[in-house]
Amino acid sequence: MLEALRSAFPDNASIQQSLDLIVMDVAPADLIAVATELRDNDTLAFSQLSDLAGVDYATYGHDEWATDTENNASFSRAVNAASTGSLTFNTGLELPASDRPRFLVAYHLLSLDHNMRLRLRCAAADDAMPVIPSVIAIWNNANWYEREAFDLFGILFDGHPDLRRILTDYGFTGHPFRKDFPLIGNVEMRYDSVKERVVYEPVSIEPRVLVPRVIREDSRYVAGETPKKDDA
Amino acid sequence: MPEIRNYTLNFGPQHPAAHGVLRLVLEMDGEVVERADPHIGLLHRGTEKLAESKPYNQSIGYMDRLDYVSMMCNEHGYVLAIEKLLGVEVPLRAQYIRVMFDEITRILNHLMWLGAHGLDIGAMTVFLYCFREREDLMDCYEAVSGARMHATYYRPGGVARDLPDRMPQYEASRFTSKSAAAKLNETRQGSMLDFIDDFTQRFPKYVDEYETLLTDNRIWKQRTVGIGVVTPERALQLGFTGPMLRGSNVEWDLRKKQPYEVYDQLDFDIPVGTNGDSYDRYLVRVEEMRQSNRIIKQCVDWLRVNPGPVLTEDHKIAPPRRGDMKGDMESLIHHFKLFTEGFCLPEGEAYAAVEHPKGEFGCFLISDGANKPYRLKVRAPGFTHLASLDEMARGHMLSDVVALIGTQDIVFGEIDR
Repeated sequence: MLEALRSAFPDNASIQQSLDLIVMDVAPADLIAVATELRDNDTLAFSQLSDLAGVDYATYGHDEWATDTENNASFSRAVNAASTGSLTFNTGLELPASDRPRFLVAYHLLSLDHNMRLRLRCAAADDAMPVIPSVIAIWNNANWYEREAFDLFGILFDGHPDLRRILTDYGFTGHPFRKDFPLIGNVEMRYDSVKERVVYEPVSIEPRVLVPRVIREDSRYVAGETPKKDDA
Repeated sequence: MPEIRNYTLNFGPQHPAAHGVLRLVLEMDGEVVERADPHIGLLHRGTEKLAESKPYNQSIGYMDRLDYVSMMCNEHGYVLAIEKLLGVEVPLRAQYIRVMFDEITRILNHLMWLGAHGLDIGAMTVFLYCFREREDLMDCYEAVSGARMHATYYRPGGVARDLPDRMPQYEASRFTSKSAAAKLNETRQGSMLDFIDDFTQRFPKYVDEYETLLTDNRIWKQRTVGIGVVTPERALQLGFTGPMLRGSNVEWDLRKKQPYEVYDQLDFDIPVGTNGDSYDRYLVRVEEMRQSNRIIKQCVDWLRVNPGPVLTEDHKIAPPRRGDMKGDMESLIHHFKLFTEGFCLPEGEAYAAVEHPKGEFGCFLISDGANKPYRLKVRAPGFTHLASLDEMARGHMLSDVVALIGTQDIVFGEIDR
């Protein structure tokens, strides 16, 4: 299958095996052509779109607790944010600078004929207005998946016939799965007995993090290797 | 003659046949559906975002609450994704226990589906029958995890604990008389495996009962035959999986095609339908219950004679035994680190899918090397099934929409996530 893919897309250098499936990167401009080929080429025959996931890479590789240095203020390191994490749930924090595209869409394709899975990744060029062509014409069930990715991440799908919000409330603002959207949200809702209707107010609960996010340099997981048994 | 106008009908979100919180906006021409627009998200809890804020093990319980009628299968998809990235080995006994509980869960789910589907289109009795058997299986959940529904039983590297030697007993109460309790306890005298073994002996007769009520029932056939026909080509385009796909005559089951755990060592058949209508999907699911029963029986026989560990001995991932902690410094440290910080996954991406009772349940996990997932995407089978409701409902009567929601086996916990 790896060879079939490489011969179908000789210009694409990103095709590689990753765990039990094949990963392939594609630019938004080529997405439709590549996806059509993936579906219609008999040696590939990816007839089903299993899943479509939006990803926001804004804080990738940043932890909330610096572990590379030691000091005698362990606990305060945990409560003072080292980066934009969800530590304070404060939207005022700046997102760390990064040179990789922020938004990416991962398509999981399934070939029933060849019993093979493929992860197709397509990164949006513009962070401020991420646009990716819609694949509805190729896999019809992309419709709701793309609405979901739009709703949660604000990724726009060019050519989608009906790009409405799907999971969030009617009249919701913001895209809740972006990394700069606070976990507890911005507004809370209650029934006001005086006004006799439901009212929205800024959230009143205090943010709280029980376990800080931490990245450990683990020698067992040196890049690309499978973890070894250690005797400790 | 008065002019007949098209009008829009709002169905749900508070409607007993909406299976939870589905709001359907239906464009009707008389009593014929012209367009169906499901509005979902009324149960959206942001499970995937919540998982990003917690160590891996603390999110297992959230998985139960996705599809809240097939709890352990959801956990299975999640722990498989973690195990794939960690590369941890699961003890054989734990694999058999997982398969056994996956199949118990499948029966639980299909019983719930059969009961609710029957109720939706007018068969009251089958609902009561199904819930009778669900009680027995819920008791297995309770015996092994302490919770009747949200078990949180699977762990990366195995399962939380071994099967108990004794089943919980019923006590006489205001609701259960002494004689009723004694009768219930009759089959619960031995170990849990004895009880499940006994259940697998009884269950085929129960399925015969459901079939007597429905399979040749004239009304049942009138309501399901030829309703919501999906061709195999459309089923693939619409992203159908599980019984929905097999009902449309596509032989595809992850347990056979991409076997995980010990499914490749077990003997079972995959039923497929021929017409792709609601009746075929009913037949497929009923036969799946019989096949699940076969699998459970095989697992029970294996588990009886093969004792062993049920959780990995890698204490970076699974906690050490309580006793070791008291005398061994290393174990104490492992325990402390696991429960304060959790374990870190190597950087990478993994997609793990299981054959969930409703279809393919997948977890797409992105890790940046931290103790929490960077991104977790749950591929819920019901999401794509419900998306196809518009296409399936077009040209059908209003009352058939209820049959279609039933046949799709919709549960909002997983669709809204």
